[in-house]
Amino acid sequence: MNVRIIPCLQLLDNGLVKTTRFTSPKYIGDPLNTVRIFNELEVDELCFLDIRATLQGREPDYYLLQQIADECFMPLSYGGGINSLRAAEKLFRCGFEKIIVNSALFKTPQLIQELATHYGSQAVVVAIDVKKNLFGNYMVMSHSGTLKTGNDPFVWAQQVADLGAGEILFTSINNEGTWNGFDIPLIKKVCDAVPIPVIAHGGGGTVAHINEAIRATNVNAVALGSMLLYQKKDMGVLINFPKDRINAACHS
Amino acid sequence: MIAIVDYGVGNVRAVANMLKKIGAESIITNDVEKLSIASKLILPGVGAFDTAMQELKRLGIYNVLNDKVLVEKVPVLGICLGMQLLTNGSEEGREKGFGWIPAYTYKFSGEGGLKVPHMKWNYVEQVQHSPLITNLQNDSKFYFVHSYFVKVEEETHSLLQTEYGNRFDAAIQKENIYGVQFHPEKSHKYGMQLLSNFVNI
Repeated sequence: MNVRIIPCLQLLDNGLVKTTRFTSPKYIGDPLNTVRIFNELEVDELCFLDIRATLQGREPDYYLLQQIADECFMPLSYGGGINSLRAAEKLFRCGFEKIIVNSALFKTPQLIQELATHYGSQAVVVAIDVKKNLFGNYMVMSHSGTLKTGNDPFVWAQQVADLGAGEILFTSINNEGTWNGFDIPLIKKVCDAVPIPVIAHGGGGTVAHINEAIRATNVNAVALGSMLLYQKKDMGVLINFPKDRINAACHS
Repeated sequence: MIAIVDYGVGNVRAVANMLKKIGAESIITNDVEKLSIASKLILPGVGAFDTAMQELKRLGIYNVLNDKVLVEKVPVLGICLGMQLLTNGSEEGREKGFGWIPAYTYKFSGEGGLKVPHMKWNYVEQVQHSPLITNLQNDSKFYFVHSYFVKVEEETHSLLQTEYGNRFDAAIQKENIYGVQFHPEKSHKYGMQLLSNFVNI
């Protein structure tokens, strides 16, 4: 089974940034240059998240997204501030394959059904951001990890799957940007809870982490951030994609 | 001139971009006049079967497409949902497909824990020769994202096959009518080779 490996890029104010546990965004570089590099490296897919669109109450930067899409010959997904069919339509016109929805769903979960009915489930990714509290309980967060929704991650995952989501982008806030590896028990539980593909996200720091996620869970894809943007932990920016090592990790 | 049919449910821009990259001109249109003078047609598609067929009729281009393909016999390439529209119909909806290739579109059952949609890069096996698939590398892989799959009624119409739970047709052809279930416009150099072949037919 080929597992997809997806660079997950965070957009903020027209630049690419990288957060740690959803805070302290650090500047990475120009989005178009980065996208060109990943296109040259022939990555499986690219994911873009505008990390403050919902908080700032604004729409996606369609112009930038169009420029990004024009550079790419692989599938693209985008999330951040999508709360209507209209916004989704504009994104598909830009050249994106999939839209990622999150915060809007806690007010209007039927948005998933509307999007899936009109565009097909495969175009609809639901992002679920999960924080583990001091007592070890997992909580679903919204609005860039700032608001507690009160939902249980596994119940919520099943609900969105039932509503027609094609895929779940499942992010562990505690692990994100830490290079410490994925939250394997969390991912395994959600993979087993839903019949739709799950993308594991948050904490991937080495090829061994990728291998672990694939072996220990039924995950369909792995999203990576820091590992593909920096030379190494605590070192400078270097856009990279160690294809051979990653392929080896996926196929073993 | 290659006309990419714009009926609101496909990644027309991505197709045009890849064509441009390989040096082929194209227009994105749903205008009957412009479609009627096209030398080749591409029918992209992402979304729901019924919505797509209804939109084609609503736009008033259903007839011109039939004429171009069945009478004038221009080469047409259906991509993803576009390929499914070439068939007689789909389990997804109630509308009839164009029926240009005797085939039907079925839903992946998701039995045995198989995730639906089929959403990943996958390999293909060549079962017939065709100008659409000449010079494809042996390890060619393409990006698939679909919840429904096609099975042709006559084996000679099957060009490429893929496995996902069950075997299904990844590329089909009947005379001037071609279909690919995957997205060549999103499959890097592998897709470029295939689109190049289509351009040169």
